[in-house]
Amino acid sequence: MQAPEIYARLEKQFAGRVGDFKGDVLEPYLSVDASNIVDVCRFLRDGADLNFQVLSDQTAIDWPKEEKIQLVYHLYSYVQHHQIVLKVDLSRDNPRINTVEGLWKVANWFEREIFDLFGVVFDGHTDLRRILLPEDWVGHPLRKDYIEQEEYDGISTQRAPLVEKLLR
Amino acid sequence: MEQTAQDQSTGLYTEDMTLSVGPQHPSTHGVLRFVVKTDGEVISEALPDVGYLHRSIEKIGEKVTWHGYVPYTDRADYLAAMFANQAFCMAAEKLAGTEVTRRGEFCRVIACELNRLASHLISVGTFGQDIGAMTPFVHALRERETINNLMEEICGARLTYNYVRIGGVGYDILPETCARILEFLDHFEPIVDEFNRLLSGNKIFIERLAGVAVISKEEALSYNLVGPNLRACGIKWDIRRDIPYSVYPELEFDVPIGTGQVGVVGDSYDRYWVRIRELHESCNILRQCLKMMPKGPAIAKVARKFRPPVGECYARVEAPRGDMGFYVLSDGSEYPYRVRIRTGSYTAMSIIDKLSKGIMVADLVALIGSLDVDAPEIDR
Repeated sequence: MQAPEIYARLEKQFAGRVGDFKGDVLEPYLSVDASNIVDVCRFLRDGADLNFQVLSDQTAIDWPKEEKIQLVYHLYSYVQHHQIVLKVDLSRDNPRINTVEGLWKVANWFEREIFDLFGVVFDGHTDLRRILLPEDWVGHPLRKDYIEQEEYDGISTQRAPLVEKLLR
Repeated sequence: MEQTAQDQSTGLYTEDMTLSVGPQHPSTHGVLRFVVKTDGEVISEALPDVGYLHRSIEKIGEKVTWHGYVPYTDRADYLAAMFANQAFCMAAEKLAGTEVTRRGEFCRVIACELNRLASHLISVGTFGQDIGAMTPFVHALRERETINNLMEEICGARLTYNYVRIGGVGYDILPETCARILEFLDHFEPIVDEFNRLLSGNKIFIERLAGVAVISKEEALSYNLVGPNLRACGIKWDIRRDIPYSVYPELEFDVPIGTGQVGVVGDSYDRYWVRIRELHESCNILRQCLKMMPKGPAIAKVARKFRPPVGECYARVEAPRGDMGFYVLSDGSEYPYRVRIRTGSYTAMSIIDKLSKGIMVADLVALIGSLDVDAPEIDR
């Protein structure tokens, strides 16, 4: 099934609750409102002929100018051989969204990573802790305006430029 | 420690033991740690603790140019660097609409399949070592050494290749090297049978793995297992075949899946056995490529200041540890706006906690080894 058909199916099911569809790009995607994400995902997973059993990837992009953090879901169906990309815009100050862990178990770890590196909070997540960084790390590094703390645990995170080091 | 059960005859309480496996432990294949709760030999919980090798490769992607990022992708998974190279270049090419030369595509496939052999050899070799068979590991490494030599001939590096470039490959594969690859294949294919006699058919090895840590199809999909781990559950899914890229559609190869030949479909032995059979398939692909490789330039003309148009794309390749996906975003500048690397080990790691409930401590080692997780690929 091509992306426009999938979008038509979603429009029929959730009249007016699914956002815009962008089909004239390399990888067509559709925007979903944060409040509908679990319903839309459940329909995509269980709907007849949709069968998106796999959440291939889940990640985020920071857009400081637009004041938003965008979540990106890549879904794939091994049965139907089709894919769709979902995008959800969240506010940058207080990014919150419901977890899709109940639909795909792998979301547990994907969401932990997004929480760790972007600071997005997933409501209903069973184990929302940092995953790659230490638990007492400050800030979320993949945000564009991230400034690294000067030291961690008494160890400096700064390094003198190589040339200066050689001159010393 | 928490009290769990009271012994009826003595009236004494037994306690759960919390054990830290790793970060430096031979069975963890790199630096990762498990916090294991056990009642005697039986595990009730094994929480993975990852991140020891986090090098922020995704963040670095936002700071270097498109061409300049290729060597960094090597470090995502150092056992299969070629695949990360290729996935990133594929994403960049798709975004910019760059055509890859035909010879370049063949060079890529040859280099990738050689790399797959090397990576699978490490995987099955260390797996044997985890279970207690030391000798096969040495045999596997000996063969890998020859592959490393071949790689050095192809691109000058033995581990982090930086071989695939946007538009093709860095250096052409010379006819002498092609001859040496063929020579190696003739030598290597009987070695796989020897390996089977040594390890795969070994009674102790089979009994340690058959029926251990079985993954069902539903679990595999829900946890998004990919690559050999997914195929071992009986799902015939290979990106080379199902989302074809490069010249794979022109090549003939089989996709081995788990059949549960010594135990149940999706057990640890199936995961091992799929990899062994993939060794044969890779040799098969290599032979076809060497025969079909056309003459021509190895790399297309690509602007030195590579600036793909605004847009985004997701490219995936079938790496030894499964679906390796690069999601790249361009804002039209010389630097990527965002690079996201999706790796097979990350998702495979997330299933370990689920599978480890109720198994023995020794089986945890078998489980980690059979999933072939690679710490640098998890942490990136």
